[in-house]
Order: sequence, then structure tokens, then C-alpha cells
Amino acid sequence: MPGLGASFGRGAATNYQQDMANSDCILFMGSNMAEAQPVGFRWPMVAKERGATLIHVDPRFTRMSAVCDLYVGIRSGSDIAFLGGLVNYVLTNDRWFHEYVLAYTNASTIIDEGFQDTEDLAGLFSGFDQQHKSYDSREGNWGYEEPGNGGQEQQDVSGSEQANSAKDPHGQQGHARDGSGKPYVSPYKDMTIAQRDPTLQHPHCIMQILRRHFARYTPEVVSQVCGCKPEEFVRVAELLCTNSGRERTTCIAYALGWTQHTTGVQIIRTAGILQLLLGNMGRPGGGIMALRGHSTIQGATDISTLYDSLPGYLPQPVAHDPANEDLSCYIEYGRMPTGYWANFSKFIVSLLKAWYGDAATPENDFGFSWVPRVDGDYSQLAYFDRMAKGGVKGYFLAGQNPAGGGPNANVHRAGLRNLEWLVVLDWFETESAVFWKDDPNGPSSSQVGTEVFFIPAAAAQEKEGSLTNTQRLIQWHRKAIDPSGDCRSDAWFFYNLGKRLKQLYAGSTDPKDQALLNLTWDYDYDEQPRLPDGTLSRIEGEPELEKVLMEINGHRLDEIDPRTGQSRLVSGYSELKDDGTTACGCWVYSGVFPEPGRNRADERKITDNPVQPEWGFAWPNNVRVLYNRASADPEGRPWSERKKLVWWDAEKRRWVGPDKPDFELEKPPDYQPAPGATGMAAIAGTQPFITKADGLGWLYSPSTKDGPLPTHYEPIESPLGNLLYPKHNTSPMVRFFDGPLNQISHTPTPEYPVVATTFRLTEHYLSGPMSRFNSWLNELQPEMFAELSFELAAERGIVHGGWMTIQTPRGRIEARAMVTRRLRPFVIEGRVVHQIGLPFHWAFAGESVGSNANDLTALLADPNVSMHESKAFTCQVQAGRLEGPTPPPTVPTAPWPTLDPIPDTPASAQPEGRLGHGK
Amino acid sequence: MASREKELSALTQTSDPPRGQLSELLGRLVYPFRRGKPPEPRPPTGFYTDTTVCIGCKACEVACKQWNQLPSDGFNWSGNSYDNTTELSATTWRHVKFIEQFSAEVPSGLATLDTLSNEQALNRWLMMSDHCKHCLAAPCHQACPTGAIIQNEFENVYIQADICNGCSCCVAACPFGVITRSDLGGHSHKCTLCYDRQRDGLEPACAKACPTKSIHFGPIEELREQARKRVEELHQRGVPQAYLYGDVPTETYSEMHSFYLLVDRPSVYGLPDSPFNPWLHMMGDYVRSVAGGLAAIAVLLLVVFLLKP
Repeated sequence: MPGLGASFGRGAATNYQQDMANSDCILFMGSNMAEAQPVGFRWPMVAKERGATLIHVDPRFTRMSAVCDLYVGIRSGSDIAFLGGLVNYVLTNDRWFHEYVLAYTNASTIIDEGFQDTEDLAGLFSGFDQQHKSYDSREGNWGYEEPGNGGQEQQDVSGSEQANSAKDPHGQQGHARDGSGKPYVSPYKDMTIAQRDPTLQHPHCIMQILRRHFARYTPEVVSQVCGCKPEEFVRVAELLCTNSGRERTTCIAYALGWTQHTTGVQIIRTAGILQLLLGNMGRPGGGIMALRGHSTIQGATDISTLYDSLPGYLPQPVAHDPANEDLSCYIEYGRMPTGYWANFSKFIVSLLKAWYGDAATPENDFGFSWVPRVDGDYSQLAYFDRMAKGGVKGYFLAGQNPAGGGPNANVHRAGLRNLEWLVVLDWFETESAVFWKDDPNGPSSSQVGTEVFFIPAAAAQEKEGSLTNTQRLIQWHRKAIDPSGDCRSDAWFFYNLGKRLKQLYAGSTDPKDQALLNLTWDYDYDEQPRLPDGTLSRIEGEPELEKVLMEINGHRLDEIDPRTGQSRLVSGYSELKDDGTTACGCWVYSGVFPEPGRNRADERKITDNPVQPEWGFAWPNNVRVLYNRASADPEGRPWSERKKLVWWDAEKRRWVGPDKPDFELEKPPDYQPAPGATGMAAIAGTQPFITKADGLGWLYSPSTKDGPLPTHYEPIESPLGNLLYPKHNTSPMVRFFDGPLNQISHTPTPEYPVVATTFRLTEHYLSGPMSRFNSWLNELQPEMFAELSFELAAERGIVHGGWMTIQTPRGRIEARAMVTRRLRPFVIEGRVVHQIGLPFHWAFAGESVGSNANDLTALLADPNVSMHESKAFTCQVQAGRLEGPTPPPTVPTAPWPTLDPIPDTPASAQPEGRLGHGK
Repeated sequence: MASREKELSALTQTSDPPRGQLSELLGRLVYPFRRGKPPEPRPPTGFYTDTTVCIGCKACEVACKQWNQLPSDGFNWSGNSYDNTTELSATTWRHVKFIEQFSAEVPSGLATLDTLSNEQALNRWLMMSDHCKHCLAAPCHQACPTGAIIQNEFENVYIQADICNGCSCCVAACPFGVITRSDLGGHSHKCTLCYDRQRDGLEPACAKACPTKSIHFGPIEELREQARKRVEELHQRGVPQAYLYGDVPTETYSEMHSFYLLVDRPSVYGLPDSPFNPWLHMMGDYVRSVAGGLAAIAVLLLVVFLLKP
């Protein structure tokens, strides 16, 4: 989530879901939380019961709109216009939180005179390189004005531009290699030398740049771009303003309705700007909730399944780059002189010690040369594009279903068909396991050469492990029963795969094999584990995942714990060192296992503390509200009694409060860094955003590749031109993957006049690999349908409940027509624009099958995180069905539950619903 | 509750001792004549469903089917909003209703700038999780000829499937259309208010699964108090139309042990506006049939004696 990282420092939701109950107002936008995260939605409902106002801004009236106090419909892809309008409203009506903004944001920082805004250059920032379709932030003078001569001299230090990368977890580090072969360059390294104007009057100070940038986003323009009424927009703006300030806080929640756009990162940035201006960051009931689409997707990025970062958001070294030649260069480029990332060397050395153990010594750079280097773009979309073009040999898929759920699933299936071998670990035979024989659009199975190995996987209840949820909370789950038959946990599979590989290479002296041979890979149980009922587990060779968690937590290698006779566990990342005496597998998780037998992720204690610090463990350091120093005023007093969370206790000389302070505990509010201070010493007592080099929240952030400020661009496929910047319809940096299967309709065309968006239903999960094999869920939503308005239906002769086809340049599908007043046409720029909604849950495998909305979406990637744009594209709709034979109706395939009594269970304990009683 | 579940899960699982064919047969013959000790009455329990916080997630439906091991009813897309369950039945004891209420006139023609800019704001999408009302004086209970339907120790209405003879009188008697007869075994089935879970000290599966606490379970008096407070609160917050359905007896119907907080007329939710207990017809029906019978006899006698040649 570089959108959050670029603004605040850490790419993670800032507050926790339970905290939404403390909000006075919640704006849901790009999120359908009630349908997609119904369990967490308990807390917004508690807020509502306490009198909070819930607002939903969305193209469709959903089950969430139904329980919100205010619904405003906007066209898919117009989010920046709406949010930019809110920013403009707050600035022009002087509704921003003056004290907060002055103290905690970079509003007063003065930017280089040479910087030119999109308002000056009709839709582009300065520094755009037409040839490479990318920005050069140095050329564009995105950096700070510095004392002296214009301030570019620090750039002479070779390679220092890359250094900035580490300051934002997920910052430009996220998907650094975009295929252009040119890593992103940041304009400056040292923030402490920036000039400031506390009066905010300097024409080049960020506040003034911001004002000019958003000045044209008036309620009328918002209405013209988004299709809502100006008064609806003003009502939202007023609600946000009146519910922010000292006494009240507003929370903004988003999900994939924001991220799945080519401007997704910038949409989130706009929300960040808005929340900083309103003073809602770091405060209870405020913040930005990034709601996630998968159960442990936060954990996946923390522990890094991303191709371009190492655990704990350390950058993956790049191949053929002198900056990554050896450890000292890597650290030189990776560390920041000021802020928390000054500790960079401790994190990487401890990681190398965790991975390579005794083999990592100061003499061999702690094995840094064994860490794999990235030589290209391995993000999912680029990778499958390459696969479809025949560039990949084999692939492992664990719990993922690209053949059904990938954007433009046609390309994904074509990719899988090009493989020599494919390993699928899953519960059921998903689309990705049967694409070679069951794909109705694919060639016959005799023409597919891929050898598919299907490995039955264990369910969550059948294995232990952890989940890191949307609020950074690590929660451990224990195993209830053994998996049946040959099913095994994913950990079992990869652990044993690693063991066998190590065996195959044993004894090799080839330098390239040393990385594998030196990897610490010893997680066997000391004795066969037991199930909760006391019996021995039947599964052989299962790794003990608490050992992995302890490695992630970290050890002091030079101290022996008398209780265990092994290295002592560290209590948190502040203990880490860069001399090789500590090992830590992921520094942000450090503290999760502080002493033997105390797995804090497994704690479930309810206490009187409303923050519930003893329920699981939240990274970093069990902080539940990030940047919570900002919940107190610059002097360290709570902004108000009602919204107190963390404050300075002058007697105890420390920060106190129900939440763990996200700040140095004993740094007083009046602390001022000495000139030339480095590391955390450079962060003043009034600077809450400690992972930013200047400790401030960034209204203006040069660390996103497509511009330091968010700008409204139309989606790549849109029926309209860009009203604000007619010369630049779409984001200038989007990457396309050309090919016959992935045609894009680049300009507005009457051929595809209807806006389409994909969405999710509560009843199914993603592309359905877990839900479309369950008859209880299938009966609730049995069939693919499309939502459309009465007006569009009348125009096309489509009848409710009848069939319709939807076509894009990528494909054509059929669906049942759900004609509803919940969707309505928009009036945009004086014309009527229709929009339809498509659930993306169906495909050709499973108990209930149907047309796949992802056969229509396009494969294209935004510049920051390689995200596709499934939430806004254009299509044509018609009445009728697809030609060709009608697919058979879907029927339950498993006659389950059976009518027979459950075995080994007394009659009195049999379920009530045995309808066959007496038969 | 969670700790109670932990306690229960620590109990060892047992199964019935194996029995021979003869003893099995004997057991079946003797069983109907055995009289156990009736359970002690417990504080009456019920459901209070606050429809204003229902998000239509259908977790209650799935939890109900899973706990009670009820089969799916087949895959039929109804086109009626998101409601593909359509009704309560012997195999569906929980049913979430979806009512789309938008501007009165449905646009029939094509969209024009005029019609769109004059359009009123969107209105409402009501959701309600429906189930057996567990009426205090339940018509199904009164209609059951075999005694299969009882009021258990929690004052919940419970069907003993093994005594039900499948006559379907209860189906006809229920004014809410809750009960149907299953073709699989020929018995009537409906929500048991998770009698088995309650006896073990657990809350019903649907209430446990409800993420927004739309479904409240507990002692009925406490629920009524809580619900009335909520209605008052809603009235103060500008929802004057909020009211409770079924919390107090009416002239024609008893109070229900599962009652609802609604914001529109009951018939909008598919509930009878004023439910009527068919039992109330009975007095009149008896009088009329006795009087009719007497009149018929009188006429017959008249014919026989007066017209005697």
C-alpha cells in the first residue's frame, strides 16, 4: 500500500477495526465493507448505534449503502475528483485543523522553485520523460528547496538517489522493477535541510502548491466528473468537516474499489492528504482503514511474498547493479540518515543471520551474496504475460486461482497452457487445476502440454499457523484435527520440498549452491505433536511453526537462555544489532515471541483496556494505532478528553495511555534535535511520523512514481475524456501488455459506451475456489448475474431475469439480468452514462459454474504496484445469450449432508435436521 | 459463551453402546411407553431481531443449516433482489428477506437528462432475517393432533419429529407460513431455537454467527426491555417509524418469543399486519356446527313426523 506509505511512512492500515466504533463519522469509499468484511463491520455498526454518521460513496447502492446514513453515487473511476473536491472544500472554507497541520505535516516545507504542477503543464508534472513514459523526479525538481544554491548537490554522491527507497515500507520499493530496466529515482535523501515557512505564505510552500493544485476541484466540477449532485457532495464535505477537529474524529475506509485502478495509489494518497488536513491521523476513531481482500494479505507483504522486497520491507537487491554489489553498498543505499530507517543495517544483518545461521560471518558479508537478485519484473501480471508468451517453464500455485480470478483470465489460462509443469495446492480442483480439460474457451485437452500435479491441501483448522489481518494483528491458530487422507499443510509441502532440495545438492561446492545449502532449515518437532484431544498426530514430517515464529521474532546469539539452553529470544527490534550477534527473520514482527513459551500471537486475553493489547500481537511493537503521538497536541496534552489515547506524563517523564506509544517512550515533547543529528535523535518531540525522515505526515510526497500530488485521470477504458486535463485522458505511466488476448479500447468509443465494474458478494469468496464447492453457499447465490438500471435495460430491450451478454475487446460473456433501481445512470458532462456491476465469483469449475467476469477485464498495470484496473472498464451490453450450446444447469454434485446419522455420535447428540428420521 | 464452548469441547466424545437386533427391536417397542422425568422449567428465552442493523449477509442461514445439518434446497436464482432462498421451509429454518424500496414510479422509458436530474434520491433496501416466531400461544401447537409439537422448558415451540405423523395441520395453522412438511421423511420441521444448544448452555447458532448483532438471543423479558430502549433511541435519532412487532399480545394474537424491530408496515416484510390465531375461530365454529347439527335434526324430524302420510 504505497499510497499510505508515501503519506505516513508505513504501508498499513493505521487504526484497528474495533476502533471504528470510536468514530464520529466514517466515510466508506471504494469499499463495500458490509458485504466483503461483514465480521469487521460489527464495529462501524456499533459506531452507528452510538450516533455516528456512516457515509457510503460508491457506483452501486449495495447492502452497505442500505445501512449507511448517506449514500452518494459516483461513476467508477472518478474517486480522485471526488476526494480532490473534498481537499479543496477543506482548504477554501478554512476547515483544516490549523495546529495539527502546522505541527505534524510538511505543509510549511518549501519545494524547489523549478517544480511545475499539473495545473501549469496541463496534466503532467515537471520531469516527464516522453520517451520512457516516466517521471524523473530530479529533472522535475520535485525535491525540497534547500539553503544555498538550489540544492541538488547531494545528488553527486553516487547512487544516493536510491537510498530514499527504504524510508517507505512499500514506498517506491514496491515493484521497483517495472520492466523499463530503470529503477525509480527519488529526488533527495536528507530531509533535515529542508526550508520551512510557518506562515504558509511562501508561493512554493507545500500548502500553497496544494491550494493551487486542487483549486479547480469545485463542487460543480466534482458533480460534472463524478455524476453526483453538487449538494450531495457538499453534504459529505460538511459531515467530514463537522466531525473532525479536537473533539471529534472521522475515519476513512477503503478496499479494492480504490486499489484496483491505474490511479489507485494516488486515490489513497488523496485520502491521506484529506485526513492530515482534517487532523484525523494517529487518533482514536480516525485514520485510514485499508480493508483487505484476503485473510492474511497484510502478512503476505510483511513477511514478503512480493518479488521485490525481503521480509520487513527491506528492498530485494537488484542484479547487475553496483549499488547492490556488496552489503556495505546495499546498506549505504538502503539506510536513511534520520528517522527509524537509520537502523537499516541492523535489520538486514539480523535477517541474514536468521537465514544463514553460522555460515553468515562478517568476513563473507553475512552471506549477502547468496540473497537472490531481481533481474526483471516478477509481479503477477507481468509474469503471466511472459508466461502467455512462452517464457516460463514451471509454476507453483498455493491457494491461488489465476485461471478464474486473474484480471483477463484468458491471458492467465493461456499462460498456464504454456507451462511444462504446474503444481496446484488447493482444497478442490479449481479452474487452475482443470483448465487443461474443462475450459470452454480453451483448446481440447490433447493440445495442452502442461503436466498438472494436484496436491490436496489441508484446511485452516487442520494446521497451525498465523494470520496477519487488515489491522496488522498477528493471530495464531492451533490445529484442531489432522487433515484427512493425503492432504497436507502448505508448510509441510514447502518444508519437505526444501529438505529434499538440500539433500539433492548436499556436498556441492559450486558457489551458486551455497545459498541453498547454508539456509537454516531445521524446524522439525522435537517430539511427535499431539492433537487437542491428546492423541498423537498422524502426520509425519510436519514442521513446528512456532520455531519459525521464534526465528522471525529474533534471537540474541551471544546469550544463552538458562530456561532453554539455547540463544535468548529478543524482546523487540530495539535489541537488534548489526555485528552479527542477533538474528531476526522479520524485524517488524520482532517482539511476537519475547520469551520461551510466550507466543503473543496466541494470546487471547480480554482486559479492561479498550485497546485490548493482550489479544494477539500487532506490529510494530504491539502498537494498535499507528502514529499515535499525533493523538496529543504538540505540548503532549490530549487534543480533548473525549479523544485521548497517548499523552506525555510530565511526572513520570514518559508517554502513557491505553495504547503503546508509537514514539520513543522517554522523548519529551519539547525535544529538539541538535544540528546534524542522525537516526531517531533527528526526530523532534513533536514529529509523530517516525518512519518518515522528517517525522512529518506528507501532504506532498515525491515518493510515488506518478507524481507528488494526486491528479484526476480517467480510467484507461472510459466513455469520457478528462474534463480537467483534456490533453491527458489517462495516467501517463500505465504499463500495457500488448497481445491478441489483451486488447484495450484506449479512447472513448461508441462501440463500448457502458462503464462496468466488478464486485464481490458476501455469499462467495473471490473467484470461488472455497465457496463454489459448498452447496450451502451456492444456494444463496447460485448463478452469474449482472446488475443494471431500468433505463439501460429499457434502452437495450433487456428484461429482468432474462439473459444478457456483455462484451469487451477481450471477450464476451452471458449473465442473468438483475434490473434494479439500486443502479442508476449518471449525468456526466451533460450526457447520460450507464454503468453495470458484475460479480466476479463464477467460472467453469466447481458445483456452481457460470460466466467469468474476469474474462472481460484487462491486463494492465499501474506504475507503483503493478495493479490492474478491474473496477472501471467499458463494455457493450445486449439482450440475449451467447451463441453455441447452452451450458447445462448447475446442480449440487455432492449429496451432502447425508440423511444417515453421524457415526460415533449418540442419538441424543445427532443434529436436529435429520429429515430422514424414521425412514 | 466462548468459555462454555471450551468447556464442552473438553468433554470426551461417546457413542451409544452397540445393541443387538433383538434388543434394538425391543427398545423401539418399549420406548413410546417410557415416561422420563419432565425437565425443570427454565427462564423463557427468545430472539429479538433488530432489522435496522441487518446487513443481509445470510450468515444466520448458513450457521443454521450447518449446525442442524440441513441440506441445500437446490440452486435457483430467483431474481428477487438477493433473496434466492425465497421462503422458510422444512429444510430452511432461517431466511433473510430483501426488500428494495426506491422511488415510487419505476422508470419505464429511456433515460433523459430531464428525468435523471429531477430524480429523487435513492431510498431504502430493507433486510430482515426471518424464522419461527415461537408464539406463546402457538396455533401449530394447538392444531397438532399427536402432541408432536410441544412447548419446551424454555417456552420455545418444538416439533418432535419422531412423534409427528405428517398430517400437516400445523402447516395450515401457522399464520406466518413457517412450517412445511418434508418430502424426505414426511414430518414437519422448523426452527427449534437450537434446543440442543440451549440445553448445553450455548446460544443458538444464528445469533452466534450474526456479525452485526442484529439477532439477539436471551431471556425474553430482558430482550423486550432492550428492544424498547432501542426503539426510543431510534425515535430520538430521527427514525420515528421504528416499532416492535410481536413483543406484546394483541386482541387476535399472543406475544411471540421471537419478535422484530421494523421500520415499515409488517406486510412490507411479508408478515401479516395483524396476525390472527385460527383458534379464535373455534368457539364460533363449534357453536355454529352444534347449532347447525341441531337445526338439521329438527328439520329431519319435522320432515319425518309432519310429512308422515
